[in-house]
Amino acid sequence: MQRWPVLLFLAWVCFLFVAGIGLFMSGFLLTRIELAHSSSCSDPLTPPPWDRQSLPPGSCWMPQRFSKAVLVIIDALRFEFAWFNPANVSPLPYENKLSFLHHLATSQPRHARLYRFRADPPTATMQRIKGLTTGSLPTFIDVGSNFATYAIQEDNLLAQLVQNGRKVVFMGDDTWEGLFPKKFFRSYFFPSFNVKDLHTVDDGILQHLYPTVDGGEWDLLIAHFLGVDHCGHKHGPDHPEMAKKLTQMNEMLRSLVDHLGNDTLLLVAGDHGMTETGDHGGDSEKEVNAALFVYSKTPLFGTGPPEEPEAIPQVNLVPTVALLLGVPIPYSNIGEVMAELFPGDGDALSAALQQLSVYHVNAKQVDRFLHSYSLVAQDLPAEQLQHLQEIFAAAVEEHVQLLAQMQEAVLVFPELESRLGNLISRFQLYLREARAVCTQTWARFHPLRMVAGCTLIAASCLLCYVTSELATASDSFYRSCLLYPLLWGLVVAVLLGLACTFIQEGLDLLLVSSWAAAVSQVAFFWRWWGRQPKRARVASSQPPLAAIGLRQWLRAWLGLAFPVGILLFRCGAMFSDSFVVAEARVAPFLLASLVVLLVGKLHWDGRLTVPEGPKQQLLGFSSYRKESWYLLYLVAVLLVCVRLSIFFHQCREEIPQCRPSLFIAPLASLRNTRAKNLFYLLCVASLVGLVFVVRCWLRHYGNLNSSDPLVLFVRWGFPLVVICIACYWAVASSAEDSLGKLQELVQVALVAFPWAVYGLVSVGLLLLLCNPMTVFAKDTRESAGPIVTPYLGVPSSEVDFLHVIPQIYRRMQESLKSRLERGSCKATVAAYGLGSVYSAALVIALTLLGFLLLLLHSERLSLAFLLLFLEAFVLLHIHTRARSLAGDAEPFSVPWHAVISWLLAASQFFYSTGHQPIFPAIHWNAAFVGFHLDHSTNLLPAVLVGANTFASHILFAVGCPLLLLWPFVCESPSLQRRKPKKEAQEELQEEEEHMMEMRLRESPERFSAALLQLGLKYLFILGMQLLACVCAAMILRRHLMVWKVFAPKFLFEALGFVVSSICLLLGISLVMRVDCAVSTWFSQLRLSPCL
Amino acid sequence: MKEAEIKRLLAANLLCVFSIILTTTVPAFFLDSFSVLGTHLTWLCICSVSISALNIVLCLVLRPNPSPKRSSFAHKISRFLKCCIYFFMSCILFHVIVVLYGAPLIESVTETFLFAVLLSTFTTLQCLCMLGPNIQAWIRVFSKNGAMSIWDNSLQITTMCSILGAWFGAFPIPLDWDRPWQVWPISCSLGATFGYMAGLIIAPLWIHWNRKQLTYKSR
Ligand SMILES: [Zn+2]
Ligand SMILES: [Zn+2]
Repeated sequence: MQRWPVLLFLAWVCFLFVAGIGLFMSGFLLTRIELAHSSSCSDPLTPPPWDRQSLPPGSCWMPQRFSKAVLVIIDALRFEFAWFNPANVSPLPYENKLSFLHHLATSQPRHARLYRFRADPPTATMQRIKGLTTGSLPTFIDVGSNFATYAIQEDNLLAQLVQNGRKVVFMGDDTWEGLFPKKFFRSYFFPSFNVKDLHTVDDGILQHLYPTVDGGEWDLLIAHFLGVDHCGHKHGPDHPEMAKKLTQMNEMLRSLVDHLGNDTLLLVAGDHGMTETGDHGGDSEKEVNAALFVYSKTPLFGTGPPEEPEAIPQVNLVPTVALLLGVPIPYSNIGEVMAELFPGDGDALSAALQQLSVYHVNAKQVDRFLHSYSLVAQDLPAEQLQHLQEIFAAAVEEHVQLLAQMQEAVLVFPELESRLGNLISRFQLYLREARAVCTQTWARFHPLRMVAGCTLIAASCLLCYVTSELATASDSFYRSCLLYPLLWGLVVAVLLGLACTFIQEGLDLLLVSSWAAAVSQVAFFWRWWGRQPKRARVASSQPPLAAIGLRQWLRAWLGLAFPVGILLFRCGAMFSDSFVVAEARVAPFLLASLVVLLVGKLHWDGRLTVPEGPKQQLLGFSSYRKESWYLLYLVAVLLVCVRLSIFFHQCREEIPQCRPSLFIAPLASLRNTRAKNLFYLLCVASLVGLVFVVRCWLRHYGNLNSSDPLVLFVRWGFPLVVICIACYWAVASSAEDSLGKLQELVQVALVAFPWAVYGLVSVGLLLLLCNPMTVFAKDTRESAGPIVTPYLGVPSSEVDFLHVIPQIYRRMQESLKSRLERGSCKATVAAYGLGSVYSAALVIALTLLGFLLLLLHSERLSLAFLLLFLEAFVLLHIHTRARSLAGDAEPFSVPWHAVISWLLAASQFFYSTGHQPIFPAIHWNAAFVGFHLDHSTNLLPAVLVGANTFASHILFAVGCPLLLLWPFVCESPSLQRRKPKKEAQEELQEEEEHMMEMRLRESPERFSAALLQLGLKYLFILGMQLLACVCAAMILRRHLMVWKVFAPKFLFEALGFVVSSICLLLGISLVMRVDCAVSTWFSQLRLSPCL
Repeated sequence: MKEAEIKRLLAANLLCVFSIILTTTVPAFFLDSFSVLGTHLTWLCICSVSISALNIVLCLVLRPNPSPKRSSFAHKISRFLKCCIYFFMSCILFHVIVVLYGAPLIESVTETFLFAVLLSTFTTLQCLCMLGPNIQAWIRVFSKNGAMSIWDNSLQITTMCSILGAWFGAFPIPLDWDRPWQVWPISCSLGATFGYMAGLIIAPLWIHWNRKQLTYKSR
C-alpha cells in the first residue's frame, strides 16, 4: 500500500487551498493605515490671534478648563443600566440600579448629564479602548487580535498627556498594559481574561481607588471595571448577580464623588453594551448603545439637560477631553467635540464664540489628518475628499470674515448670534461628513489579490475533481502527477526566496507560497493534459465503446444531478445574507432532502421492490423488500435526528424573534435545583449511553476480546473518562456560594478533573497510535476442527459473543496451508475483530475526541453530541444499505451523495452544538476548562476555543474514512444470515464472506487509491463551499451586510476548512497507521514458530 | 384511441386548473375580506375541498382504471372507508414529514395540518381515485417502468410536481423581504398549488410528445 504518496498528495492539495485562502484574505480583510504623526502644542492649528490673547499659559490649542479628570470605564455599561426611571416599579435586575447618577443629574442639572454613547463596531473591548483614546475607528481585522494586544502606535490621548508632562494613573483591566506600555505614571493591572471571575478586577480597583484619588499625584486617573461585563458573559444581564454588580458600581461612584475636588472632571463611560445573552462584538443596537455620564463639582453646562438623553459617537470623547484638559487633540482623531461642555463665561454670546473656536480647532485638526492620510493611502475617495475640502474652506473663510466684522463691531447681537449659529452648524456638518466618509471607506480591498486567491481556490477545486475521477482509473497516477508539480513549486519558491534576499526586500511568505502553489498547479494541469490524448486514443480505437462511454457518461451525470443540485443550492445560499443567517435551518433541510431524494431515486429505479415474479407482473403489484423497510426506518431515524438537532441552535441578532436554545447555557445558570439535577442526570446518561453503544459495537465486531493495552483502555479507561467528566460537571454546575468552606477544594477540582480527562484522552490516543490493533487471535491449531468457527446464528450467550465475527485472512491461510501440507499438522488461526480493525480504530479515536470536545462545551450540549454520533451512524448505514440495494459494483469508490451528506451533517452540527458564524457567539468559556487563572500563552486558549468552535468539523473530518470502510464492515452479517448452513461444503466461499475490511488489504493499490479519492472528494466539496463564501465576500464586498454576515461567515468557513483538512489528513493517516500495524501483525503471525 | 385518451386527459386537467383559479376568486363574492394571502386558511380549506370533489367526480365519470371485476355494494362501502382512512393517514404522514423538515412543532399546528391536507389532496387523493386503496399498486406506479396508462403517467407527473413545488416553496421563507406570502405555510402551499397546476398542464403535453416512446404493458 502506498501511504506516503497519498498523504503527500492530499497535503499538497490542502496547501494549494490554504495558499488561496491566505491570498484572498490578505486582499479582503480591512487594513487602515496608521499614521505615525502626532500633534503638539506648537502646531499652527491654534485659532486666529483674536482668541489667542486669552490663552492662559500652560495650555495649548485651547484654554485648559479642568486640571484633573477621572475616567471610570465600566465595561459593557449599556445605556439601560445607567438610565434611571422612577416610574418603573418592578425593575429588572439591571434596571434602576445606578440611582446615584440619576440623583446627581436631577439635583445638579448643570453639573451632570447622561448621554447615549454610541460605540463603533466592532464592539470588542480592545477596539473600543483604541477608539476611546485615539479617536479613530479600529478596523475589522483587529478583532482577531483580542488574545494578543499590541501597543497603540498612533497618536492618542494618553501619549498627549504624557508628552505635556501630565501624570496618568491607571487601575483595572490589564488590556491597557499591552496597549500603552510605559505610559502610566502608576498602574494597578488585574487579569481580565477569565470571564468567570467577577470580582478580582473590581475589588482590586476599589482597594486602590480612594487612596490614589486622595493622594493627588495624578492628572488623569483611569479606572476600568470589568465586573459588569464578566457578569454579562457568565450570567447574562437578566440575573440577580448583575443587580449586585451594578449596586456595587453605584456605591463606588457615590464615594468616588465624595473624594473629588472642584477642579476635577468625572467621566463614567461604558466601552460598549451587551446583548440579551451578555455578549458583545457585533453591531446590534444593544451592543452599540453604551452610556456616558459627565459630572463636575463646578457647573459644566450653560443650559439645562434636554428631555431625552442625547446620543453621541464614542470618538467624540477624545477631542472633548483633550481640549478640556488643555492638551492637543490626537493626530488621527475624527471625532467631534461635545460643544455643550464649552459654555464660555455664562452668556449665550460668549458660549457661541467659545464653541466656534473649539469647532474651528477640531475641524482644522480633522482636515490636517485627512490631508496627510490621503497622501499616504488612496482609499478615501478623491471626490468626497474634495467635497469635504470645499465645505471646510468655505467655513474657514466665513469664520475669518465673521471675526473681522466682529472686531470692527459691525454686527449687532441677534444677527451675530444667528451667523455664529450658522457657522457652528457648518463646522459640525464638516466634522460629521468627514466621520461618515471615514466610516464608510475604511475598507481597503486589494482586488488583484482577491481575484488571484479566488482563482487559486477555484483551480484547486477543479484539480480535486479531476484527480478524484482519475484516481481509481490508474494506480500510479498520483505519483507521476505529484512529483513534477511539487518540484516546480519548490523551485519557484526557492527562486523567489533568493530573489527577495537578493534585492534585500522583506520576504513575503504569503506571496512566495501562493506563487509556488500557482506554479505547481499549472505543472499539474500540464502533466494531466499531457496524459489526456493517450486516453482519448485508447477510447477512439474502440468506436462502439466510445459511444457507449458517452451514453454512460451522460447517465452518470444524470445520476449525479441530485447531489450536485443540492450542492449547488448550498453554494448558492452563501450569496444571500438571509440564507447565510438562516443557514442553521438550511443545512438540515438540504440534508433531509438529499437523503429522501436518494431513497426516492432508489424507489424510482425499482431497487426497493421485490424483483417482479410472474405473479406480480400479472397483477401489476409490487411490494417492498425487507431490506428496503430497514432503509426506510433508517431514513425516518435520520429525519428525526435532523429535526431534533434544531433544538440546540444559538441565535443571531438578525432574527429578533429567535430564542436561544436553553441547552446552550451552562447548568450553573439554572436556578431551579430540580431541573438542574434532572438535566445533569440526563447529560450523564447521554455520556454513559455513548460509551455503552460504542462498546457494544466494538464487542459485536469482536474488537473487545484481546488484552492489548488499547482494548483494556476501551474497557476501563472509557468509564473512567465518563466519571471524570461527570464529576467535573457536578462541581462546575453546583452553586458557588452553597459550598462555603469547600471553595478551595472546588477550585482544585475544577482544574483537576478536566486535566484528568485531557490526560486520559491523550493516553488513549497515544495507545491508539502505538498499537491500533484490536484483534484477538485464537489459536486453534491443535484442534482438528474446521477452519471456520461454529457460528450459526444470532449470538445468545456470553460465550457466543466471544465468537462473533472472527476473521481468517485467506492469503495468510493459503500460505499456512501450503506449509501445513508439508508439515502435516492441521492448524488455523481465528482472529476476532480483524474484519473491522480499521473502523474500530477510527471509532475509538472518534469517541476519545468526542469526550474531549464534549468537555469543552456546556454540559447540556452532550445531548447534541449524542445526536451527532447517532446521526453519523445512521448516515453510514443509510449509504451502506443504499449501495447494496442499488447493486453498486464499485465498492472502492464512495459515491458523491455520501460525501455531500456527510459534509452537510458536519455543518448542521456546527450549528447544533450551539455555534453561529459570528464573533459574539464564540464560546470563550472553553478556554478556561481546566485552567483556573490566566493563560501564559495565547496558543493554548486559541486551540481550546478553536476545538470548541469546530467540534463537528473535527469529528466528521476524522470520521470521513468510515464512509469507505463501513460497507465492508456491514457486508458480513447480512450475508451470513442469508446462508448460514452452507458452511460445511463451501468452505472457501464462507471465508470470502467473512473478509469484510480485509478485502481492502487484498488489493492495497486500490485501497490507497480509494482513500485518496475519498479525501479528494471531501476536499472538493469543502472547497466548493469555501469558494462560494469567498466569491460572495468578494462580489458583495460593498454590501450592507458584508461585515456583519459575509466576512464572518468567510472567516469561519476558511478556518473550518483548515481545521477539516488537517483532521481529514489525520483520519486518513490513522487508517494507514492501522494498515501498517495489520501488516506487521501478519508478518509476525507467519514467523511465529509453530507454523 | 390514444389520441382521444390524451384529449380526455387534457380536458380533465384543464378543468382542475380552472377550478383552482376559481377557488381564488369566487369565494370573494360570498365571504367578506377573502383573499388567498389574507385568509389563507379559508382558502386552503376551500381549495382542498373543491379539488377533492372535482377529482372524485372526474374519477367517477372518466373511470381511468376500471376495477377488473364487478363488486358488491358492501365491498364498495369498505373500499370507500378504506380510502377515507388512507387519506387521513396520508394527511398525518405529510404533517409529520413537514415538521421533520423544519416546520414549527407546536405553533401554527392548524396551518401545518391544513397544508398537509392540501398536499394530500394533490397527491394521495389522486392516487386513491385512480388506483384505489392499494399500496402495492401505488408503489408500482411510482417506479420507472410502472406506468400502465397515460393516466398513470399523468399521476406521476402531477404528484412529483406538487411535492417539488412545495419543496421549492420553502425557499423564500428565510429571505428578509417581509412579504405577506413569506409567512409559513403560504409560500409552501402556493408552491404546491403552482406545482400541481404546472403538472396538470405539463402531463398531457409531455405524454403527447412522447407518445411514440410510451408503450404500456398490457394488464
Ligand atoms: Zn468591554
Ligand atoms: Zn466582554
